[in-house]
Amino acid sequence: MQNIISVSGLSKTYASGFQALKSVHLDIRRGEIFALLGPNGAGKTTLISIICGIVNASEGEVLVDGHDIVRDYRAARSKIGLVPQELTTDAFESVWATVSFSRGLFGRRADPAYLEKVLRDLSLWDKKDSRILTLSGGMKRRLLIAKALSHEPQILFLDEPTAGVDVNLRRDMWQLVRSLQAAGVTIILTTHYIDEAEEMADRIGVISRGEIVLVEEKSELMRKLGKKQMTLQLQSPLERIPPGLDAYRLDLSSDGSELTYTYDKQAERTGIIALLRDLNDAEIAFKDLHTTQSSLEDIFVTLLKDAK
Amino acid sequence: MNLFAIRAIYRFEMARTRRTLLQSIVSPVISTSLYFVVFGAAIGSRIAEVDGVSYGAFIVPGLIMLSLLTQSVANASFGIYFPKFTGTIYELLSAPVSYLEIAASYVGAAATKSILLGLIILATAGLFVPIRVAHPFWMILFLVLTAVTFSLFGFIIGIWADNFEKLQLVPLLIITPLTFLGGSFYSISMLPPVWRTITLFNPVVYLVSGFRWSFYDLADVHVGVSLGMTVLFLALFLMIVAWIFRTGYRLKT
Repeated sequence: MQNIISVSGLSKTYASGFQALKSVHLDIRRGEIFALLGPNGAGKTTLISIICGIVNASEGEVLVDGHDIVRDYRAARSKIGLVPQELTTDAFESVWATVSFSRGLFGRRADPAYLEKVLRDLSLWDKKDSRILTLSGGMKRRLLIAKALSHEPQILFLDEPTAGVDVNLRRDMWQLVRSLQAAGVTIILTTHYIDEAEEMADRIGVISRGEIVLVEEKSELMRKLGKKQMTLQLQSPLERIPPGLDAYRLDLSSDGSELTYTYDKQAERTGIIALLRDLNDAEIAFKDLHTTQSSLEDIFVTLLKDAK
Repeated sequence: MNLFAIRAIYRFEMARTRRTLLQSIVSPVISTSLYFVVFGAAIGSRIAEVDGVSYGAFIVPGLIMLSLLTQSVANASFGIYFPKFTGTIYELLSAPVSYLEIAASYVGAAATKSILLGLIILATAGLFVPIRVAHPFWMILFLVLTAVTFSLFGFIIGIWADNFEKLQLVPLLIITPLTFLGGSFYSISMLPPVWRTITLFNPVVYLVSGFRWSFYDLADVHVGVSLGMTVLFLALFLMIVAWIFRTGYRLKT
Protein backbone atom coordinates (compact mmCIF):
# COMPACT_ATOMS: atom_id res chain seq x y z
CA MET A 1 0.00 0.00 0.00
CA GLN A 2 1.30 3.39 -0.99
CA ASN A 3 -0.37 5.47 1.72
CA ILE A 4 0.54 4.72 5.30
CA ILE A 5 -1.99 7.17 6.70
CA SER A 6 -5.27 7.98 5.08
CA VAL A 7 -7.50 10.68 6.57
CA SER A 8 -10.94 11.17 5.07
CA GLY A 9 -13.70 13.62 5.90
CA LEU A 10 -12.22 14.35 9.31
CA SER A 11 -14.00 17.04 11.32
CA LYS A 12 -13.64 18.14 14.88
CA THR A 13 -15.87 20.49 16.80
CA TYR A 14 -14.84 21.06 20.41
CA ALA A 15 -17.41 21.28 23.20
CA SER A 16 -16.92 25.05 23.14
CA GLY A 17 -18.35 25.06 19.62
CA PHE A 18 -15.00 25.83 18.05
CA GLN A 19 -14.58 23.94 14.80
CA ALA A 20 -10.93 22.97 14.68
CA LEU A 21 -11.09 20.75 11.60
CA LYS A 22 -13.45 20.95 8.64
CA SER A 23 -13.72 17.76 6.62
CA VAL A 24 -10.02 17.17 6.18
CA HIS A 25 -8.74 14.74 3.56
CA LEU A 26 -5.08 13.86 3.67
CA ASP A 27 -2.91 10.97 2.58
CA ILE A 28 0.59 10.41 3.90
CA ARG A 29 2.86 8.25 1.77
CA ARG A 30 4.96 5.50 3.21
CA GLY A 31 8.50 6.60 3.92
CA GLU A 32 8.11 10.29 3.23
CA ILE A 33 8.78 13.34 5.35
CA PHE A 34 5.62 15.35 5.36
CA ALA A 35 5.56 18.86 6.75
CA LEU A 36 2.30 20.31 7.95
CA LEU A 37 2.50 24.06 7.94
CA GLY A 38 0.04 26.47 9.38
CA PRO A 39 -0.37 29.42 11.70
CA ASN A 40 -1.27 29.03 15.38
CA GLY A 41 -4.72 27.58 15.89
CA ALA A 42 -4.96 26.27 12.33
CA GLY A 43 -5.68 22.74 13.53
CA LYS A 44 -2.26 21.10 13.22
CA THR A 45 -2.15 19.70 16.73
CA THR A 46 -5.81 18.70 16.66
CA LEU A 47 -5.23 16.70 13.50
CA ILE A 48 -2.22 14.93 14.99
CA SER A 49 -4.02 14.35 18.28
CA ILE A 50 -6.92 12.65 16.54
CA ILE A 51 -4.66 10.36 14.53
CA CYS A 52 -2.76 9.42 17.70
CA GLY A 53 -5.91 8.78 19.76
CA ILE A 54 -5.71 11.70 22.18
CA VAL A 55 -8.71 13.57 20.82
CA ASN A 56 -11.95 12.05 19.54
CA ALA A 57 -12.99 12.98 16.03
CA SER A 58 -16.47 14.40 15.49
CA GLU A 59 -16.73 12.92 12.02
CA GLY A 60 -14.62 11.11 9.50
CA GLU A 61 -12.23 8.23 9.37
CA VAL A 62 -8.51 7.67 9.74
CA LEU A 63 -6.66 4.56 8.60
CA VAL A 64 -3.12 3.90 9.80
CA ASP A 65 -1.47 1.26 7.66
CA GLY A 66 -4.96 0.02 6.86
CA HIS A 67 -6.13 -0.07 10.49
CA ASP A 68 -9.01 2.10 11.60
CA ILE A 69 -7.85 4.24 14.54
CA VAL A 70 -11.07 3.62 16.50
CA ARG A 71 -12.10 0.05 15.70
CA ASP A 72 -8.58 -1.29 15.46
CA TYR A 73 -6.83 1.13 17.77
CA ARG A 74 -4.26 -1.31 19.10
CA ALA A 75 -2.80 -2.09 15.69
CA ALA A 76 -2.99 1.53 14.59
CA ARG A 77 -1.44 3.07 17.69
CA SER A 78 1.36 0.56 18.05
CA LYS A 79 2.73 1.79 14.71
CA ILE A 80 2.87 5.42 15.81
CA GLY A 81 5.34 7.36 17.92
CA LEU A 82 4.35 10.85 19.02
CA VAL A 83 6.62 13.66 20.15
CA PRO A 84 4.36 16.30 21.65
CA GLN A 85 4.85 20.00 21.42
CA GLU A 86 5.07 20.63 25.15
CA LEU A 87 8.00 19.27 27.17
CA THR A 88 5.83 17.05 29.34
CA THR A 89 7.87 14.54 31.32
CA ASP A 90 7.78 12.70 34.61
CA ALA A 91 10.29 14.93 36.33
CA PHE A 92 11.25 12.48 39.08
CA GLU A 93 11.84 9.46 36.88
CA SER A 94 15.21 8.50 35.47
CA VAL A 95 15.82 8.65 31.73
CA TRP A 96 16.19 4.89 31.51
CA ALA A 97 13.04 4.20 33.52
CA THR A 98 10.87 6.50 31.44
CA VAL A 99 12.11 5.11 28.13
CA SER A 100 11.57 1.54 29.36
CA PHE A 101 8.10 2.54 30.54
CA SER A 102 7.20 3.88 27.10
CA ARG A 103 8.31 0.69 25.40
CA GLY A 104 6.24 -1.43 27.77
CA LEU A 105 3.23 0.84 27.43
CA PHE A 106 3.25 0.25 23.69
CA GLY A 107 3.23 -3.48 24.23
CA ARG A 108 6.81 -4.31 23.38
CA ARG A 109 8.99 -6.77 25.24
CA ALA A 110 11.95 -5.18 27.05
CA ASP A 111 14.97 -4.76 24.80
CA PRO A 112 17.82 -2.98 26.60
CA ALA A 113 20.12 -3.18 23.59
CA TYR A 114 17.65 -1.34 21.36
CA LEU A 115 16.94 1.31 23.99
CA GLU A 116 20.65 1.80 24.47
CA LYS A 117 21.01 2.43 20.75
CA VAL A 118 18.18 4.96 20.77
CA LEU A 119 19.68 6.82 23.73
CA ARG A 120 23.13 6.77 22.17
CA ASP A 121 21.78 8.10 18.86
CA LEU A 122 20.20 10.96 20.77
CA SER A 123 23.32 11.61 22.89
CA LEU A 124 21.45 10.72 26.05
CA TRP A 125 23.24 7.53 27.01
CA ASP A 126 25.48 9.14 29.64
CA LYS A 127 22.34 10.65 31.18
CA LYS A 128 20.46 7.37 31.43
CA ASP A 129 20.47 7.31 35.23
CA SER A 130 19.79 11.02 35.67
CA ARG A 131 16.45 12.22 36.86
CA ILE A 132 14.58 14.02 34.12
CA LEU A 133 14.29 17.27 36.06
CA THR A 134 18.06 17.67 35.91
CA LEU A 135 18.08 17.68 32.10
CA SER A 136 18.28 20.80 29.97
CA GLY A 137 15.43 21.78 27.65
CA GLY A 138 17.21 20.39 24.62
CA MET A 139 17.86 17.09 26.38
CA LYS A 140 14.22 16.85 27.42
CA ARG A 141 13.20 17.37 23.81
CA ARG A 142 15.53 14.56 22.76
CA LEU A 143 14.20 12.40 25.58
CA LEU A 144 10.66 12.82 24.26
CA ILE A 145 11.92 11.67 20.88
CA ALA A 146 13.62 8.69 22.54
CA LYS A 147 10.34 7.80 24.26
CA ALA A 148 8.47 8.05 20.97
CA LEU A 149 11.05 5.80 19.28
CA SER A 150 11.24 3.31 22.14
CA HIS A 151 8.69 0.94 20.60
CA GLU A 152 10.17 1.02 17.10
CA PRO A 153 7.30 2.87 15.40
CA GLN A 154 6.86 2.99 11.64
CA ILE A 155 5.42 6.47 11.82
CA LEU A 156 6.78 9.36 13.83
CA PHE A 157 4.83 12.52 14.56
CA LEU A 158 6.92 15.51 15.53
CA ASP A 159 4.74 18.34 16.75
CA GLU A 160 6.84 21.49 16.52
CA PRO A 161 10.08 19.59 17.16
CA THR A 162 12.35 22.60 17.06
CA ALA A 163 10.22 25.18 18.85
CA GLY A 164 12.48 26.96 21.32
CA VAL A 165 15.51 24.92 20.29
CA ASP A 166 18.88 26.51 19.50
CA VAL A 167 20.43 26.48 16.05
CA ASN A 168 22.89 23.64 16.65
CA LEU A 169 20.24 21.41 18.12
CA ARG A 170 17.94 22.14 15.21
CA ARG A 171 20.64 20.98 12.82
CA ASP A 172 21.09 17.79 14.90
CA MET A 173 17.35 17.25 14.90
CA TRP A 174 17.15 17.54 11.13
CA GLN A 175 20.03 15.10 10.82
CA LEU A 176 18.20 12.67 13.08
CA VAL A 177 14.97 12.96 11.11
CA ARG A 178 16.83 12.19 7.90
CA SER A 179 18.49 9.14 9.38
CA LEU A 180 15.11 7.93 10.61
CA GLN A 181 13.69 8.34 7.15
CA ALA A 182 16.63 6.38 5.77
CA ALA A 183 15.71 3.62 8.23
CA GLY A 184 12.22 3.51 6.71
CA VAL A 185 10.25 5.60 9.21
CA THR A 186 7.54 7.87 7.84
CA ILE A 187 7.76 11.29 9.44
CA ILE A 188 5.09 13.92 9.84
CA LEU A 189 6.21 17.16 11.35
CA THR A 190 4.38 20.35 12.08
CA THR A 191 6.26 23.56 12.18
CA HIS A 192 6.05 27.31 12.22
CA TYR A 193 9.49 27.52 10.71
CA ILE A 194 9.19 27.51 7.00
CA ASP A 195 12.88 27.00 6.45
CA GLU A 196 12.48 23.76 8.38
CA ALA A 197 9.87 22.48 5.96
CA GLU A 198 11.91 23.75 3.05
CA GLU A 199 14.97 21.97 4.36
CA MET A 200 13.37 18.71 5.37
CA ALA A 201 10.13 17.87 3.69
CA ASP A 202 9.38 15.77 0.65
CA ARG A 203 5.85 17.06 0.59
CA ILE A 204 4.18 19.99 2.22
CA GLY A 205 0.64 20.43 3.42
CA VAL A 206 -0.70 23.81 4.39
CA ILE A 207 -3.53 23.98 6.88
CA SER A 208 -5.47 27.10 7.68
CA ARG A 209 -8.58 27.48 9.82
CA GLY A 210 -9.15 23.76 9.96
CA GLU A 211 -8.88 23.18 6.24
CA ILE A 212 -6.10 21.71 4.19
CA VAL A 213 -5.43 24.50 1.74
CA LEU A 214 -2.86 22.66 -0.29
CA VAL A 215 -0.77 19.50 -0.45
CA GLU A 216 2.11 19.45 -2.88
CA GLU A 217 5.56 18.08 -3.51
CA LYS A 218 7.91 20.65 -2.10
CA SER A 219 9.85 21.04 -5.33
CA GLU A 220 6.60 21.35 -7.29
CA LEU A 221 5.28 23.92 -4.88
CA MET A 222 8.42 25.97 -5.11
CA ARG A 223 8.31 25.70 -8.88
CA LYS A 224 4.65 26.58 -9.23
CA LEU A 225 4.41 29.43 -6.87
CA GLY A 226 7.96 30.63 -6.97
CA LYS A 227 8.53 34.07 -8.40
CA LYS A 228 11.89 35.36 -9.41
CA GLN A 229 13.09 38.87 -9.10
CA MET A 230 15.92 40.60 -10.87
CA THR A 231 17.38 43.66 -9.25
CA LEU A 232 19.54 46.10 -11.22
CA GLN A 233 21.88 48.48 -9.46
CA LEU A 234 21.99 51.58 -11.56
CA GLN A 235 25.02 53.66 -12.44
CA SER A 236 23.18 56.85 -11.61
CA PRO A 237 19.91 57.21 -9.68
CA LEU A 238 16.65 57.61 -11.59
CA GLU A 239 13.97 60.05 -10.54
CA ARG A 240 11.20 58.06 -12.13
CA ILE A 241 10.74 55.12 -14.43
CA PRO A 242 10.58 56.24 -18.06
CA PRO A 243 7.05 55.81 -19.49
CA GLY A 244 8.34 53.50 -22.24
CA LEU A 245 9.09 50.85 -19.60
CA ASP A 246 5.60 50.79 -18.03
CA ALA A 247 4.79 47.40 -19.49
CA TYR A 248 7.46 45.75 -17.31
CA ARG A 249 5.88 46.97 -14.05
CA LEU A 250 9.24 47.78 -12.55
CA ASP A 251 9.76 48.88 -8.97
CA LEU A 252 12.11 51.75 -8.27
CA SER A 253 13.77 51.87 -4.85
CA SER A 254 13.12 55.04 -2.84
CA ASP A 255 16.62 56.41 -3.45
CA GLY A 256 16.27 55.67 -7.16
CA SER A 257 19.38 53.51 -7.30
CA GLU A 258 17.73 50.12 -7.85
CA LEU A 259 15.22 48.77 -10.32
CA THR A 260 13.43 45.52 -9.55
CA TYR A 261 11.76 43.36 -12.15
CA THR A 262 9.49 40.50 -11.04
CA TYR A 263 8.87 37.66 -13.45
CA ASP A 264 7.54 34.17 -13.56
CA LYS A 265 10.37 31.82 -14.24
CA GLN A 266 7.99 29.21 -15.61
CA ALA A 267 6.83 31.51 -18.36
CA GLU A 268 8.12 30.82 -21.86
CA ARG A 269 9.43 34.30 -22.18
CA THR A 270 10.74 35.87 -19.04
CA GLY A 271 11.05 39.22 -20.75
CA ILE A 272 14.54 39.74 -19.41
CA ILE A 273 16.21 40.13 -22.77
CA ALA A 274 13.60 42.58 -23.99
CA LEU A 275 13.87 44.55 -20.78
CA LEU A 276 17.64 44.79 -20.99
CA ARG A 277 17.36 45.92 -24.60
CA ASP A 278 14.78 48.55 -23.73
CA LEU A 279 16.90 49.79 -20.82
CA ASN A 280 19.79 50.10 -23.17
CA ASP A 281 17.63 52.07 -25.61
CA ALA A 282 16.53 54.36 -22.79
CA GLU A 283 20.19 54.85 -21.88
CA ILE A 284 19.78 53.52 -18.38
CA ALA A 285 23.07 51.92 -17.44
CA PHE A 286 23.54 49.50 -14.54
CA LYS A 287 26.66 48.37 -12.76
CA ASP A 288 25.42 45.08 -11.28
CA LEU A 289 22.42 42.79 -11.15
CA HIS A 290 21.26 39.87 -9.05
CA THR A 291 18.26 37.59 -9.04
CA THR A 292 16.34 36.18 -6.09
CA GLN A 293 13.79 33.44 -5.84
CA SER A 294 10.82 33.55 -3.48
CA SER A 295 11.21 31.32 -0.44
CA LEU A 296 8.62 28.94 0.87
CA GLU A 297 7.84 31.59 3.44
CA ASP A 298 6.72 34.03 0.76
CA ILE A 299 4.66 31.29 -0.86
CA PHE A 300 3.10 30.43 2.45
CA VAL A 301 2.14 33.99 3.22
CA THR A 302 0.60 34.32 -0.24
CA LEU A 303 -1.39 31.13 0.25
CA LEU A 304 -2.78 32.16 3.59
CA LYS A 305 -3.77 35.52 2.19
CA ASP A 306 -5.65 33.76 -0.58
CA ALA A 307 -7.29 31.40 1.90
CA LYS A 308 -8.79 34.36 3.68
CA MET B 1 -4.47 -7.90 26.19
CA ASN B 2 -1.44 -5.64 26.45
CA LEU B 3 0.26 -7.28 29.44
CA PHE B 4 3.47 -5.36 28.88
CA ALA B 5 1.56 -2.12 29.32
CA ILE B 6 -0.15 -3.28 32.50
CA ARG B 7 3.20 -4.28 33.90
CA ALA B 8 4.82 -1.01 32.81
CA ILE B 9 2.16 1.14 34.49
CA TYR B 10 2.08 -1.04 37.59
CA ARG B 11 5.84 -0.87 37.98
CA PHE B 12 5.85 2.84 37.30
CA GLU B 13 3.33 3.39 40.09
CA MET B 14 5.15 1.11 42.51
CA ALA B 15 8.38 2.97 41.74
CA ARG B 16 6.58 6.15 42.73
CA THR B 17 5.71 4.48 46.05
CA ARG B 18 9.36 3.64 46.65
CA ARG B 19 10.37 7.21 45.83
CA THR B 20 7.80 8.59 48.23
CA LEU B 21 8.29 5.95 50.89
CA LEU B 22 8.21 8.44 53.71
CA GLN B 23 4.91 9.93 52.62
CA SER B 24 3.31 6.66 51.47
CA ILE B 25 4.18 4.29 54.29
CA VAL B 26 5.96 5.97 57.15
CA SER B 27 3.53 8.79 57.79
CA PRO B 28 0.42 6.55 58.04
CA VAL B 29 2.32 4.27 60.40
CA ILE B 30 3.30 7.19 62.60
CA SER B 31 -0.22 8.58 62.70
CA THR B 32 -1.63 5.14 63.55
CA SER B 33 0.88 4.79 66.36
CA LEU B 34 -0.27 8.14 67.66
CA TYR B 35 -3.87 6.88 67.70
CA PHE B 36 -2.73 3.97 69.83
CA VAL B 37 -0.90 6.20 72.23
CA VAL B 38 -3.93 8.47 72.60
CA PHE B 39 -6.87 6.05 72.36
CA GLY B 40 -5.17 2.84 73.36
CA ALA B 41 -2.91 3.85 76.22
CA ALA B 42 -4.08 7.24 77.49
CA ILE B 43 -7.85 7.15 77.06
CA GLY B 44 -8.31 3.45 76.36
CA SER B 45 -7.04 2.44 79.79
CA ARG B 46 -10.04 4.21 81.31
CA ILE B 47 -12.56 2.66 78.95
CA ALA B 48 -14.16 -0.64 79.81
CA GLU B 49 -13.82 -3.63 77.52
CA VAL B 50 -16.17 -3.79 74.55
CA ASP B 51 -17.87 -7.18 74.45
CA GLY B 52 -14.91 -8.81 76.09
CA VAL B 53 -12.26 -7.14 73.92
CA SER B 54 -9.97 -4.51 75.40
CA TYR B 55 -10.63 -1.08 73.89
CA GLY B 56 -7.10 -0.81 72.49
CA ALA B 57 -7.54 -4.07 70.59
CA PHE B 58 -11.13 -3.23 69.66
CA ILE B 59 -10.12 -0.17 67.61
CA VAL B 60 -7.41 -1.97 65.58
CA PRO B 61 -9.68 -3.10 62.70
CA GLY B 62 -11.27 0.35 62.54
CA LEU B 63 -7.89 2.05 62.44
CA ILE B 64 -6.71 -0.21 59.65
CA MET B 65 -9.93 0.53 57.74
CA LEU B 66 -9.43 4.26 58.28
CA SER B 67 -5.96 4.11 56.71
CA LEU B 68 -7.05 1.66 54.04
CA LEU B 69 -9.89 3.89 52.84
CA THR B 70 -8.02 7.18 52.91
CA GLN B 71 -4.80 5.78 51.44
CA SER B 72 -6.53 3.80 48.68
CA VAL B 73 -8.40 6.90 47.59
CA ALA B 74 -5.32 9.13 47.92
CA ASN B 75 -2.98 6.78 46.04
CA ALA B 76 -5.27 5.98 43.16
CA SER B 77 -6.57 9.52 42.71
CA PHE B 78 -3.08 11.00 42.69
CA GLY B 79 -1.77 8.29 40.37
CA ILE B 80 -4.15 9.20 37.56
CA TYR B 81 -4.53 12.90 38.37
CA PHE B 82 -0.83 13.67 38.23
CA PRO B 83 -0.32 12.68 34.56
CA LYS B 84 -3.34 14.83 33.71
CA PHE B 85 -1.79 17.70 35.63
CA THR B 86 1.68 17.42 34.07
CA GLY B 87 0.40 16.51 30.61
CA THR B 88 2.13 13.13 30.42
CA ILE B 89 -1.32 11.56 30.02
CA TYR B 90 -0.84 12.09 26.27
CA GLU B 91 1.33 9.01 26.23
CA LEU B 92 -1.24 6.88 27.99
CA LEU B 93 -4.00 8.00 25.64
CA SER B 94 -1.91 7.44 22.53
CA ALA B 95 -0.74 3.97 23.62
CA PRO B 96 -2.31 0.74 22.39
CA VAL B 97 -3.92 0.04 25.76
CA SER B 98 -7.57 -0.48 26.56
CA TYR B 99 -9.26 1.50 29.30
CA LEU B 100 -9.71 -1.70 31.24
CA GLU B 101 -5.95 -2.22 31.20
CA ILE B 102 -5.33 1.36 32.33
CA ALA B 103 -7.80 1.06 35.19
CA ALA B 104 -6.54 -2.38 36.22
CA SER B 105 -2.94 -1.25 36.43
CA TYR B 106 -3.55 2.00 38.30
CA VAL B 107 -6.09 0.48 40.67
CA GLY B 108 -3.96 -2.64 41.11
CA ALA B 109 -0.93 -0.58 42.08
CA ALA B 110 -2.90 1.64 44.46
CA ALA B 111 -4.58 -1.38 46.06
CA THR B 112 -1.28 -3.22 46.46
CA LYS B 113 0.13 -0.22 48.22
CA SER B 114 -2.76 0.12 50.65
CA ILE B 115 -2.89 -3.62 51.38
CA LEU B 116 0.80 -3.49 52.29
CA LEU B 117 0.08 -0.47 54.41
CA GLY B 118 -2.81 -2.24 56.15
CA LEU B 119 -0.58 -5.18 57.00
CA ILE B 120 2.16 -2.86 58.28
CA ILE B 121 -0.35 -1.08 60.50
CA LEU B 122 -1.60 -4.43 61.75
CA ALA B 123 1.96 -5.38 62.64
CA THR B 124 2.52 -1.99 64.30
CA ALA B 125 -0.69 -2.41 66.31
CA GLY B 126 0.55 -5.81 67.44
CA LEU B 127 3.35 -4.01 69.25
CA PHE B 128 0.86 -2.08 71.38
CA VAL B 129 -2.03 -4.46 72.03
CA PRO B 130 -2.65 -8.21 71.86
CA ILE B 131 -4.41 -9.04 68.62
CA ARG B 132 -6.07 -12.21 67.46
CA VAL B 133 -7.51 -12.86 64.05
CA ALA B 134 -10.44 -15.27 64.31
CA HIS B 135 -11.07 -15.59 60.56
CA PRO B 136 -7.82 -14.92 58.64
CA PHE B 137 -9.35 -15.75 55.27
CA TRP B 138 -12.17 -13.25 55.75
CA MET B 139 -9.75 -10.68 57.14
CA ILE B 140 -7.64 -10.86 53.96
CA LEU B 141 -10.76 -10.94 51.79
CA PHE B 142 -12.16 -7.77 53.35
CA LEU B 143 -8.73 -6.13 53.21
CA VAL B 144 -8.33 -6.84 49.51
CA LEU B 145 -11.92 -6.07 48.51
CA THR B 146 -11.93 -2.78 50.39
CA ALA B 147 -8.54 -1.75 49.00
CA VAL B 148 -9.64 -2.48 45.44
CA THR B 149 -13.06 -0.87 45.88
CA PHE B 150 -11.70 2.36 47.28
CA SER B 151 -8.79 2.48 44.86
CA LEU B 152 -11.43 2.40 42.13
CA PHE B 153 -13.21 5.22 43.92
CA GLY B 154 -9.92 7.14 44.08
CA PHE B 155 -9.34 6.51 40.38
CA ILE B 156 -12.74 8.03 39.63
CA ILE B 157 -11.95 11.06 41.80
CA GLY B 158 -8.59 11.47 40.09
CA ILE B 159 -10.25 11.56 36.69
CA TRP B 160 -13.00 13.86 37.86
CA ALA B 161 -10.72 16.35 39.64
CA ASP B 162 -9.41 19.19 37.54
CA ASN B 163 -7.45 20.85 40.32
CA PHE B 164 -5.65 19.85 43.49
CA GLU B 165 -8.41 21.22 45.68
CA LYS B 166 -10.99 18.86 44.25
CA LEU B 167 -8.54 16.04 44.70
CA GLN B 168 -8.53 16.72 48.45
CA LEU B 169 -12.21 17.51 48.69
CA VAL B 170 -13.75 14.05 48.68
CA PRO B 171 -11.28 12.42 51.07
CA LEU B 172 -11.54 15.36 53.44
CA LEU B 173 -15.27 16.00 53.37
CA ILE B 174 -16.62 12.50 52.81
CA ILE B 175 -14.22 9.67 53.53
CA THR B 176 -12.76 10.91 56.81
CA PRO B 177 -16.10 11.92 58.43
CA LEU B 178 -17.80 8.71 57.32
CA THR B 179 -14.95 6.64 58.72
CA PHE B 180 -14.93 8.43 62.06
CA LEU B 181 -18.72 8.07 62.29
CA GLY B 182 -18.64 4.55 60.90
CA GLY B 183 -17.81 2.72 64.10
CA SER B 184 -14.05 2.75 63.78
CA PHE B 185 -13.63 3.75 67.41
CA TYR B 186 -16.86 2.40 68.90
CA SER B 187 -19.50 -0.23 68.46
CA ILE B 188 -22.68 1.30 67.08
CA SER B 189 -24.56 -0.53 69.83
CA MET B 190 -23.08 2.15 72.11
CA LEU B 191 -25.16 4.79 70.30
CA PRO B 192 -28.70 5.92 71.20
CA PRO B 193 -31.31 4.06 69.05
CA VAL B 194 -32.02 7.02 66.72
CA TRP B 195 -28.35 7.47 65.85
CA ARG B 196 -27.97 3.74 65.43
CA THR B 197 -30.56 3.84 62.65
CA ILE B 198 -29.01 6.89 61.02
CA THR B 199 -25.59 5.28 61.15
CA LEU B 200 -26.86 2.35 59.09
CA PHE B 201 -26.94 4.70 56.10
CA ASN B 202 -23.20 5.13 56.45
CA PRO B 203 -21.53 2.64 54.08
CA VAL B 204 -18.34 2.57 56.12
CA VAL B 205 -20.23 0.91 59.01
CA TYR B 206 -20.54 -2.26 56.94
CA LEU B 207 -16.88 -2.28 56.00
CA VAL B 208 -15.65 -1.77 59.56
CA SER B 209 -18.16 -4.23 61.00
CA GLY B 210 -17.22 -7.02 58.63
CA PHE B 211 -13.54 -6.40 59.10
CA ARG B 212 -13.85 -6.36 62.90
CA TRP B 213 -15.88 -9.59 62.78
CA SER B 214 -12.97 -11.30 61.03
CA PHE B 215 -10.79 -10.35 64.02
CA TYR B 216 -13.00 -10.78 67.08
CA ASP B 217 -16.27 -12.35 65.96
CA LEU B 218 -17.92 -9.06 66.92
CA ALA B 219 -20.19 -7.41 64.38
CA ASP B 220 -22.69 -4.56 64.26
CA VAL B 221 -24.36 -6.13 61.23
CA HIS B 222 -24.22 -9.66 59.93
CA VAL B 223 -21.00 -10.45 58.08
CA GLY B 224 -22.96 -11.50 54.99
CA VAL B 225 -24.48 -8.02 54.84
CA SER B 226 -21.00 -6.52 55.15
CA LEU B 227 -19.71 -8.63 52.30
CA GLY B 228 -22.78 -7.87 50.19
CA MET B 229 -22.36 -4.12 50.71
CA THR B 230 -18.64 -4.25 49.88
CA VAL B 231 -19.35 -6.09 46.64
CA LEU B 232 -22.15 -3.63 45.90
CA PHE B 233 -19.77 -0.66 46.19
CA LEU B 234 -17.24 -2.48 44.07
CA ALA B 235 -19.85 -3.04 41.36
CA LEU B 236 -21.03 0.56 41.59
CA PHE B 237 -17.54 1.99 41.14
CA LEU B 238 -16.80 -0.46 38.33
CA MET B 239 -19.89 0.77 36.52
CA ILE B 240 -18.84 4.40 36.92
CA VAL B 241 -15.35 3.61 35.62
CA ALA B 242 -16.86 1.78 32.64
CA TRP B 243 -19.05 4.81 31.93
CA ILE B 244 -16.07 7.19 32.19
CA PHE B 245 -14.12 5.19 29.68
CA ARG B 246 -17.02 4.75 27.31
CA THR B 247 -17.61 8.47 27.15
CA GLY B 248 -13.99 9.61 27.54
CA TYR B 249 -15.24 11.84 30.37
CA ARG B 250 -12.53 14.33 31.46
CA LEU B 251 -9.90 12.35 29.58
CA LYS B 252 -10.52 13.07 25.93
CA THR B 253 -11.96 16.12 24.29
